[in-house]
Amino acid sequence: MSPEINLEEQFQARIDAGEKIEPKDWMPEKYRKTHIRQISQHAHSEIVGMLPEGNWITRAPSLRRKVGLLAKVQDEAGHGLYLYSAAETLGISRDQMFDQLHKGKAKYSSIFNYPTLSWADIGAIGWLVDGAAIINQVMLTRTSFGPYARAMVRICKEESFHQRQGYEIMLGLAKGTLEQKEMAQDALNRFWWPSLMMFGPRDAESPNTEQSVKWKIKRKTNDELRQQFIDITVPQAEYLGLTIPDPDLKWNEERGHYDFGEIDWNEFWQVVKGNGPCNKERLGARVNAWEEGAWVRDAAMAYSAKNKTQNSKVSKTA
Amino acid sequence: MNKNEWPIFEIFIRSKNGLEHRHVGSLHAADAVMAMENARDVYTRRQEGVSIWVVASKDITASNPENGGELFEPAEDKIYRHPTFYELPIELKHI
Repeated sequence: MSPEINLEEQFQARIDAGEKIEPKDWMPEKYRKTHIRQISQHAHSEIVGMLPEGNWITRAPSLRRKVGLLAKVQDEAGHGLYLYSAAETLGISRDQMFDQLHKGKAKYSSIFNYPTLSWADIGAIGWLVDGAAIINQVMLTRTSFGPYARAMVRICKEESFHQRQGYEIMLGLAKGTLEQKEMAQDALNRFWWPSLMMFGPRDAESPNTEQSVKWKIKRKTNDELRQQFIDITVPQAEYLGLTIPDPDLKWNEERGHYDFGEIDWNEFWQVVKGNGPCNKERLGARVNAWEEGAWVRDAAMAYSAKNKTQNSKVSKTA
Repeated sequence: MNKNEWPIFEIFIRSKNGLEHRHVGSLHAADAVMAMENARDVYTRRQEGVSIWVVASKDITASNPENGGELFEPAEDKIYRHPTFYELPIELKHI
């Protein structure tokens, strides 16, 4: 037996025993790479996710709505930072991750490539998109890599307010005028299917799932999480008096779950490949922010360097 | 690495007086003053702390998991460092 195989077996035994893996521990190269990919894409999603919502901050219909949305978008920035830091413990730098995002090599959640056309979309995003994210993230609080799990615990604590503020917006609109209710329904119509797509391809078409479950990166499969989301969300839509845009959706007594219609996988892959409604706009905004901010980053470093030289002069004379 | 990339700082927060500072994560900043300002925004948005320490990550010396054996195993068989090692009569009180 080669020493490498032996190490991999020991590693798997630690995972099986429920031990957490910390950054300096030995880990298979593929475990490291999978984490760098997954955590950095998760971070990118948080950062890009600020764009569709930031679009509505100045047009929020009341101060109550504005402070809530502002705090939520600020949280997304924080969540991105927690996650970038977790990925950095694996030996990739922040600049490298940004570079991968900006060059289109790293993905982010496709949901953010859909436009936010009305105020109701902000409600639908909080309710559905954050709702779907929470299901995924609650699972990830028990993931095997320590820094990722700890970031998730922090994020989950903060995320629940996001979903509640979204649902409160939907509730307000659903109980409002006919026009407001139609806005809410329209937002649900447009965000329902993309939200289901957030859980990724079907298990049969997700080649990485088996290894990810074995390494306890994921504790549940895409299809399990998607079903969980649907079962939780349908009654919430009913409470709003809104209709989920799926004629095949119905309770299956035997399975104890909702049956649902076929997702448009062609649309899913098109958006993943960069052909969604807003892919170019989102990435363009990120690249622009990075390039326009370069002089600020450089100036801050120059200031820090200047202070260091001055301080060392002072301490020498003292 | 880009030499102009802001260095990493480790952030420690005391959640309330009477408790120790605890490591909460890390962030990038040009210097310690900026690290403090960023830490306040990133880690205390919901009154999570009353005091912050920031430490440049490069200044931390960490033990290696490979040295875990020599560092920590010697304590394993020193059960006489624990109170239950010492056998005293059961009727004895307050000891």
